[in-house]
Amino acid sequence: MAHVLTRSLDRSATVFVFVVAALGVLIPLSNLLLPAGSPLQVPTYLVALFGKYACYAILALAIDLIWGYCGILSLGHGAFFALGGYAMGMYLMRQIGSRGVYGNPILPDFMVFLNYPKLPWYWNGFDMFWFAALMVILAPGLLAFCFGWLAFRSRVTGVYLSIITQAMTYALLLGFFRNDFGFGGNNGLTDFKDILGFNVQADGTRAALFALSCLGLITGFLICRAVVTSKLGKVLIAVRDAESRTRFLGYRVESYKLFVFTLSACMAGVAGALYVPQVGIINPSEFAPGNSIEAVIWVAVGGRGTLIGAALGAVLVNYAKTFFTSGSLAPYWLFMLGAMFILVTLLLPKGIIGTLNAWWEPWKAQRLTVAANVISAAREDGISESGMAE
Amino acid sequence: MNVMDIRATSALLYLDGVHVSFDGFHAINNLSLTLAPGEMRAIIGPNGAGKTTMMDIITGKTKPDEGEVLFDGVTDLTRLDETSIAELGIGRKFQKPTVFESHTVEDNLLLALNVDHSVKGTLFWRKSRNETERIERVLDTIRLTSARRRLAGNLSHGQKQWLEIGMLLAQDPKLLLVDEPVAGMTDVETQQTAELLKQINQDKTVMVVEHDMAFVRELGVKVTCLHEGSVLAEGTIDQVSSNERVIEVYLGR
Repeated sequence: MAHVLTRSLDRSATVFVFVVAALGVLIPLSNLLLPAGSPLQVPTYLVALFGKYACYAILALAIDLIWGYCGILSLGHGAFFALGGYAMGMYLMRQIGSRGVYGNPILPDFMVFLNYPKLPWYWNGFDMFWFAALMVILAPGLLAFCFGWLAFRSRVTGVYLSIITQAMTYALLLGFFRNDFGFGGNNGLTDFKDILGFNVQADGTRAALFALSCLGLITGFLICRAVVTSKLGKVLIAVRDAESRTRFLGYRVESYKLFVFTLSACMAGVAGALYVPQVGIINPSEFAPGNSIEAVIWVAVGGRGTLIGAALGAVLVNYAKTFFTSGSLAPYWLFMLGAMFILVTLLLPKGIIGTLNAWWEPWKAQRLTVAANVISAAREDGISESGMAE
Repeated sequence: MNVMDIRATSALLYLDGVHVSFDGFHAINNLSLTLAPGEMRAIIGPNGAGKTTMMDIITGKTKPDEGEVLFDGVTDLTRLDETSIAELGIGRKFQKPTVFESHTVEDNLLLALNVDHSVKGTLFWRKSRNETERIERVLDTIRLTSARRRLAGNLSHGQKQWLEIGMLLAQDPKLLLVDEPVAGMTDVETQQTAELLKQINQDKTVMVVEHDMAFVRELGVKVTCLHEGSVLAEGTIDQVSSNERVIEVYLGR
């Protein structure tokens, strides 16, 4: 266990973990302890916003794990995020109980409205948090496993795989829009009251959810690091660069892809589950193909195959989105997103962190050779000095 | 089909009446060939003679329409996929050098070692002395010890060819299929590669496809000339190169 940690935590990884941990502690403390209006106090709306960014960063890590390291470009990862979100949403709906508009102790409002005689069987168990938490991981994981098993076994790769992942999320979008699907149709799940007995609107709950999102980001990051720094990580890169060569060496490539794809989907599900209580709603628009593509852009901007870049890209692009869509530039946001993607592809094909690494490498190599020269020079001096002493 | 007979002949690789066609084009036509354990065989023939397709069949990339392909006398290779065939002990070097460009030379060899290739095994893998020693030995054999930490993508063409041969060695197969190992190499490198293959042949069975006749002569082994998907001639290099039909279709007058 210890060797996995030391292997996973190189210098930049340690810095990343510390920065996220510090933000995860300081922002909630400042929000809760400092008086409102103090310049250092982070207002609650910002805490919720940053919490959203942290969830997006987890989704970006999940995408980077499969795209950056294994070359699987999923354009449907938003589906796994949304499924995790729905699982959490179902729990939150059942927590409302008889406080809904129609006051039905069992049926959520939309079911009463749509004349459901009783709770659909797949809503059973979601009144228990542990069950919902399990489903947050199992539902996306199972879908990814079945989807991946079929796709990778049939050797569907490259753009064809990307297209069918888009089709998958689109199919789910259409399904969840239907009222008889049992997930609230067009409106989705909303009007949440409390989570584990805490009011979801309360400052304390929001601060705690933000801290949990940071914890989720750190955990997700460490899991990804442990995977990519293991020998399995080397195999993933081998698959990305020369898939058939890897097969001829005796690796079962489809098992590797299936493992990493399923793991990534589970991570996306957890991100979605942390996201829903903070934004207060989950509806079918989360399955929109555009969302998944946007998430891929975050990773491309930050730098694919760097993990830290993926998380950073998610935060930066979403900060830009918040900034521009709340001003007079709002109608042009999609053009700007498109321009950002084109510019990054043309000017920074390795993304922000990838480019920084590329600059850093020769400098690091130079520093190492300088150090080596200093050492050998010191040795020579030692020899000449001892020579003189004789 | 009598398995015992084949064991009696002790052929490591046995192809009989193999047939493959792609959209009506007969790439392999009633091909029969046997390779004894410990043998090195050179395969020559004009472009389109079916040399690479034959390797594809042996390694499971292409499934034959008809015919038998047996390994070690007992295993029917036509029923297995690439991974299983590699695990059985058949290694392959491609025509175009194919190494993992963004890995170091050392990591390329590490990935090639014939150890646990399961997802679980690689996830919980830890460095072992035995593996390190094996990598050292291969690095030494392919003369890349000084380049061990370089990225494979930064190697010269000849070094990549050697690294790929090194990966085959690390894989420690019973049978090596080597497709055009000296394409694009200088004369010195070609000479060194011939020596390397002879050294490898001391304890492994090798099948080499090559166009370079000087290199084939250097190897000094039994030669099979393929033409239009079947065996045209077989024998020593002198016998084959003096064969009328071989001169006509391949060597030229």
